[in-house]
Amino acid sequence: MYPSNFDYQRAASVADAIQKGSGDGAKFLAGGHSLLPALKLRLNEPESLVDIGRLDALKGISVSGNSVKIGALSTHAQIASSADVKKHAPALASACGQVGDPAVRNRGTLGGNLAHADPASDPPTVVLALGGKLHLQGSGGNRVVAAEDFFLDLFTTDLHPGELITAVEIPSVGQAKSAYAKMAHPASRYAVVGVCVLLEISGGKCSKARVAVGGATPKATLSTAAANALVGSSLNDTALNAAANALSGDLSDVMGDVYAPEDYRRAMAGVYLKRAVRAAMG
Amino acid sequence: MAAAEKIIGSRIKRREDPRLITGEAKYLEDIQLPGLLHAAILRSPHAHAKIKSIDTSKAAKHPGVVAVYTGKDFADVNPMPCAWQAGKVKNNVNTPCVLEIERVTFTGAGIAVVVAEDRYTAQDALELIHVDYEVLPAVVDAEKATKAGAPQLHENAPNNIALEWTCGTQDTTDRALKEADVVVKQRMINQRLIPTPMETRGCIAQYQAATEEWTVWMTSQAPHVMRLLMTAFVFGVPETKMRVISPQVGGGFGAKIFLYPEYCLMAALSRKIGRPVKWMETRSENYIATTHGRDHITEIEVGAKRDGTITALKVNTYANLGGVLSTIAPGIPTTLYGRMLSGTYRILNIFCHVYGVYTNTGMVDAYRGAGRPEATYVIERAVDLVAHELGLDPVAVRRKNFIPPEAFPYDPVILNGLKYDSGQYAKALDLALKMLGYENFRKEQAEARKQGRYLGVGFSSYVEICGVAPSAWIGLPGEGWGAGLWESANVRVHLTGKVVVTTGSQSHGQGHETSVAQVVAGELGISVDDVIVQHSDTLGTPFGYGTYGSRSTAVGTVAVYNSLQKIKEKAKLLGAHMLEAAPEDVVFEDGKVFVKGSPDQSKTIQEIAGAAALAYSLPPGMEPFLDNTSYYDPPNCTFPFGTHICVVEVDKESGEVKVKRYIAIDDVGKVINPMIVEGQVHGGIVQGVAQALWEGAVYDDNGQLLTGSLMDYAIPKADFFPAFETDRTETPTPVNPLGVKGAGETGTIASTPAVVNAIVDALAPFGVKHIDMPITPPKVWRILQGNGG
Repeated sequence: MYPSNFDYQRAASVADAIQKGSGDGAKFLAGGHSLLPALKLRLNEPESLVDIGRLDALKGISVSGNSVKIGALSTHAQIASSADVKKHAPALASACGQVGDPAVRNRGTLGGNLAHADPASDPPTVVLALGGKLHLQGSGGNRVVAAEDFFLDLFTTDLHPGELITAVEIPSVGQAKSAYAKMAHPASRYAVVGVCVLLEISGGKCSKARVAVGGATPKATLSTAAANALVGSSLNDTALNAAANALSGDLSDVMGDVYAPEDYRRAMAGVYLKRAVRAAMG
Repeated sequence: MAAAEKIIGSRIKRREDPRLITGEAKYLEDIQLPGLLHAAILRSPHAHAKIKSIDTSKAAKHPGVVAVYTGKDFADVNPMPCAWQAGKVKNNVNTPCVLEIERVTFTGAGIAVVVAEDRYTAQDALELIHVDYEVLPAVVDAEKATKAGAPQLHENAPNNIALEWTCGTQDTTDRALKEADVVVKQRMINQRLIPTPMETRGCIAQYQAATEEWTVWMTSQAPHVMRLLMTAFVFGVPETKMRVISPQVGGGFGAKIFLYPEYCLMAALSRKIGRPVKWMETRSENYIATTHGRDHITEIEVGAKRDGTITALKVNTYANLGGVLSTIAPGIPTTLYGRMLSGTYRILNIFCHVYGVYTNTGMVDAYRGAGRPEATYVIERAVDLVAHELGLDPVAVRRKNFIPPEAFPYDPVILNGLKYDSGQYAKALDLALKMLGYENFRKEQAEARKQGRYLGVGFSSYVEICGVAPSAWIGLPGEGWGAGLWESANVRVHLTGKVVVTTGSQSHGQGHETSVAQVVAGELGISVDDVIVQHSDTLGTPFGYGTYGSRSTAVGTVAVYNSLQKIKEKAKLLGAHMLEAAPEDVVFEDGKVFVKGSPDQSKTIQEIAGAAALAYSLPPGMEPFLDNTSYYDPPNCTFPFGTHICVVEVDKESGEVKVKRYIAIDDVGKVINPMIVEGQVHGGIVQGVAQALWEGAVYDDNGQLLTGSLMDYAIPKADFFPAFETDRTETPTPVNPLGVKGAGETGTIASTPAVVNAIVDALAPFGVKHIDMPITPPKVWRILQGNGG
């Protein structure tokens, strides 16, 4: 619980942060709730921490046009309680309210969480299902990356060295239904399996669907097979069971550990898909 | 007596809580001393290895490092003592050294120490120590460790057997099993648990060379015992050369009873270096280097008549004790386990055989309940297995076999001469059933099953043993722990009428400062605010054995009570003198001494205390001051009991178990503070349910702890539980004058089988007879997959 030595620098601006963060061995520090535990266990020994926690440019939640834009430094608690997020991306508000415990939610940030890309964390799954886009800024300029292109592997993202997430843009769900359903690990409360669905309903039938799974796989993963099984159905038990089977069969690289073996996680992906759909349809 | 009855038994808020809640309490980590150095310990990453060489030269040169030592530097320090050598452990005791020299037998054993000006530097320097190990094959399973070909941990313990112990009679039990209408056999695992107190362990030692005296602050449940063991056994110096202080201690659950090598290491370091040295355990260290609990592999055979009468119980247990023996490790799976296997039932034939086994795992010793949860689990599961086999209601089988109220004091034969003190087992069960609404529940359960919902109810009608004390019993050679277990108290009524109580017991969350003060206030007829309770410092408190085994009230507070009676006697003599009355004519009531029938002319305890302290006018021969010290050695242990009921719903798709209701009826004898008792019961239930559903320490085959952090080891959270429904019956014990039994462990002891029985009941339609703990969703799901779920 005693980190090795590191330099601490506080960024004065986003540009300053990018410049400082581009150095070898530098890591950005936002809420610190993924980074500091790793430092304490000496799993991560950066030479310097660049504190971006006070950059106002990365804060705030706003609605413009058809989407809600969430500053990267927004905490899980702020997102969970934001009226704008609840209205336009209710599944994200719900998921952020299930991250860790109150202390974690009060300090941990969405940007830090997505950059860390822990497969068992809740927000990546939801941002992916809702078709979120990440606004990135680095020494090479600004770019926007879709969530499905952002998460590459276990704790691995498309972020370049020194590049920051500045905001996350989520298209408003509008009339579509959405929900996140999670089986929490009893120790960590991370997702053993977490499933998020986004469903468009037309004439009593599902006309369009997105299904994302976290916890079970090395990165948050979209399942077109599961989505296809839902589309065209009235989301009755038969359709849900078919979608659950499709999802369980669609997942590759399912992880197992001492608590939940691979076959269990695979099966639970399907079970929690059904729960997510039922929750979405209320 | 009116005032006594009012204060004793009332819900006074804990007086220690304001400082705890506001963060003002001083824990070990809060203590800073001039010149304080910080130690970090290098621990073996291997579970079983020979230490070929250790190179500390680079670490020693690291800036800020004061010294680096290995085990060879402490040749003058003895290994830790094993104080409770139950079973045949005389010639095969292996205990930790301050630092291991040649060989390590578990991951986490200390092998080198860095002392530095600050804790971070010490940690940095640890990475500069190079150790050459010869890694040896490991064994972590207690049963496998005894088999041919298993890696051998200690030369003096063939087949890794540390102890072999039996109780009861084998031949009559075998015969009864042969004659039984039905015999049920079951293998059951009582998994290893990690106690996880909120505060980890720590120690500061300060040595004064001029006087050759130590002051040692440590997170201990038993400071007097620590001083005794460290001076007389480890350092070989007079006991008077050390003062041990337990500052505020943030929970222990048993794991802080023991003498650990780190405490002796700090004392040795301070003596070597001449400056105070501090070590505070990290949570990662806590999980590998502090004792664990439970870890039994057990085979049972239970025999019964067709009507449900249990006629025989045969138990064979492999108890995992870890790589080396902790302070009282051998006593837990023997005396505190085997001797309680009769439970609340009249079972005429019992035989229990225990192997205590060395394995390449962390030390196992007492953890809340210590042996009794394991025994209760066996017998309460056994009763359900019999009911299941015979198609009888588990409540009916319990009732059929209960020891009836008129049978007390009851001798269960296997208790080595002691008798259960008092009990009304059916009364507690009836109250619990009424709260549950048992008949309605069975209807609801049947309805739910038709809809594919699986509800279950589980019962646990337990009895436990606490206030473990009679020195002549617990000290028996070959069985006992070679020490008395009486407790001490001193009560002084100062000139101002304020009362100072010192006790040899120790509070690390129990609330002594409130409950003891209630007894004093009640007996002397004064305000609780006029009483201060001091503990946890060997300077200024009488020798005592500390706090564990629910003994502080049943033993320690009775010592206080006995002193209060002697003080009241003296106050009566002096009060009579002051009233110019004959001593035999006065009474002591509500804090006043007066002539019987004339309460208007009285002397208050404050006036009497003042007169006793000023001593201008005392009766001839009377010493000044109201001051008394008592040493109380009870004639028997106490035996709290009750019935716990758990209602669960099992989700067929996911295997998730939801605790829907939890009912606890406990009988802990007379109650001094119901709020404190409820707090103890709630905390105990949480820990016991957690064993059934979530907690479990898992080592891999190489002896690496896979559940080595709070990310993996599932201690329970408040939102895992429904609101508990608790109540009490009150059957005073005749053992002590307060009628108190002890309440610290009942919840942990009772709850675990109630939960397991409930889950097995829920899954009865799938033919499930037994599931080992922790009953996690993946485990239930897999069972259902194989049973047509």
